[in-house]
Amino acid sequence: MSSRKPVLLLLLWLLATPALAEDLLMARIPMTFPEAMLKLQNVLKQHGQTLSRVQRVDIGLTAKGYKTDKYRVVFFGRLEEIREVADKYPMLIPYVPHKIAIFAEEDETLIVAANPERLFPEKDPALQRFVRQWKKDLEAIFHDMREE
Amino acid sequence: MPIRLLLILALLLPLTAQASHEKAGTDRGEALYRQHCAACHGYDGNGGVGVPLALPDFQYSVTNKFLETTIRMGRPGRIMPAFSSLSDEDIKAIVKYIRRWAPGKPFRYPVEPVRGDRERGRQLYAKYCAACHGPNGEGGKGTGVTFSRPRDLPIIPPALNNPGFLAAASDQFIKATLMNGREGTPMISFLKQGLSEQDINDLVVFVRSFEQNPLPIEQRPIETEEATIVYDSEYDFQTTINNIKDAAVGNNFIIIREQKLETGFVPKGQENPKQHIIYFCNFGFLNKALAIDPRVGLFLPCRVTVVEKDGKVKVYAINPARLSRLFNNVELNRLCLEMNETYQSIIEDATL
Repeated sequence: MSSRKPVLLLLLWLLATPALAEDLLMARIPMTFPEAMLKLQNVLKQHGQTLSRVQRVDIGLTAKGYKTDKYRVVFFGRLEEIREVADKYPMLIPYVPHKIAIFAEEDETLIVAANPERLFPEKDPALQRFVRQWKKDLEAIFHDMREE
Repeated sequence: MPIRLLLILALLLPLTAQASHEKAGTDRGEALYRQHCAACHGYDGNGGVGVPLALPDFQYSVTNKFLETTIRMGRPGRIMPAFSSLSDEDIKAIVKYIRRWAPGKPFRYPVEPVRGDRERGRQLYAKYCAACHGPNGEGGKGTGVTFSRPRDLPIIPPALNNPGFLAAASDQFIKATLMNGREGTPMISFLKQGLSEQDINDLVVFVRSFEQNPLPIEQRPIETEEATIVYDSEYDFQTTINNIKDAAVGNNFIIIREQKLETGFVPKGQENPKQHIIYFCNFGFLNKALAIDPRVGLFLPCRVTVVEKDGKVKVYAINPARLSRLFNNVELNRLCLEMNETYQSIIEDATL
């Protein structure tokens, strides 16, 4: 058995345990930025998410004369979710499509997303269900991004 | 012979079980560390957004209690979050894992509080410490060691007035840090700088006195509940869009993109035309925000959405003041409040 296997099993167990109330979801990807970016695109696809566009923050900053490393914001979601938000939960409109910020830190890459449950600690059960599912989707994406 | 062998095995069994238990504890610690800590502190503890935990001098000088309390309480307003939902066993497992980077016993400190002259400590603090740790112990600016953008220091001087720091650091720990400095960081030994042990005791008493003062308002998180800014527009859909663009430009922003809410999800031309997004940016402001905290990309780019439904036109935007709490970074407070006012101003100009 490889030495990584127990760690992977524990990671799976951690994913199955009740979620912790972290304000931000963050993960360090031990890959260069282009590799991590490609992986994120694939992981989003595997999770049934549509990548709607990528904001190239670094390109905009560099064009204006500022120094920066690779920095992008990835927008993604599912059409039915976006329509559900527009129809039932308009307070969420500024937060869809969902976003993940992805930026280089030397040879590694960080990804960050806001924890929707912390933004919308709602009492309305339907909205709570929606937000919980949104968070679960993000956690699953982050989990797969951490996997080697 | 078989009986003797069985006896030996029986004697060894508890040792094997203990070793296996310890290994499981470390594996659990590693898994927890990778999930909760590595994003900021790095897989190998070399730091990033967070401080470098693997620094040998740091490892030998901090106690397990310091690390455990830090994980439990975090540093309110200073990025390190409080992991209040982790169990005591989880936290101990993480600390055990962190300790693997510098095998050996950490320093043990006497438990007695340090006694000294607070007023003398205040004067010494202003002379020797305030330049790095801030006049009121508020700490240095910036976000750990991130090489994504230039940094002046390999580590940001900690906020000594932070409730999380004061709870984690004993008097004797602070004293030892002042006496010995911390190799690999700009923290020097003040004993070598010519301060006496009594001077250092006075400084410790002054630092401890931060506990008696409430955090200044600028060091507290912004209290606001709503995550979304919503306005009804008095104008029709297209006029509202035009007004938003004019107001954004009038507030020194550049319009960088316009699209429908469903753009990218349905074929072009089939989007709901009454859900319009305007993206705009002020690159100078953006650069300033990223230099404070590279994670603020989550806010980006600035965006206002105009929606017409059932004959009513509404305008939606994120509330940056609410989002700022997610970052646990009070340095962002001013920028987030400024951005909140800007959003309100742009939307009010466009809708009223």
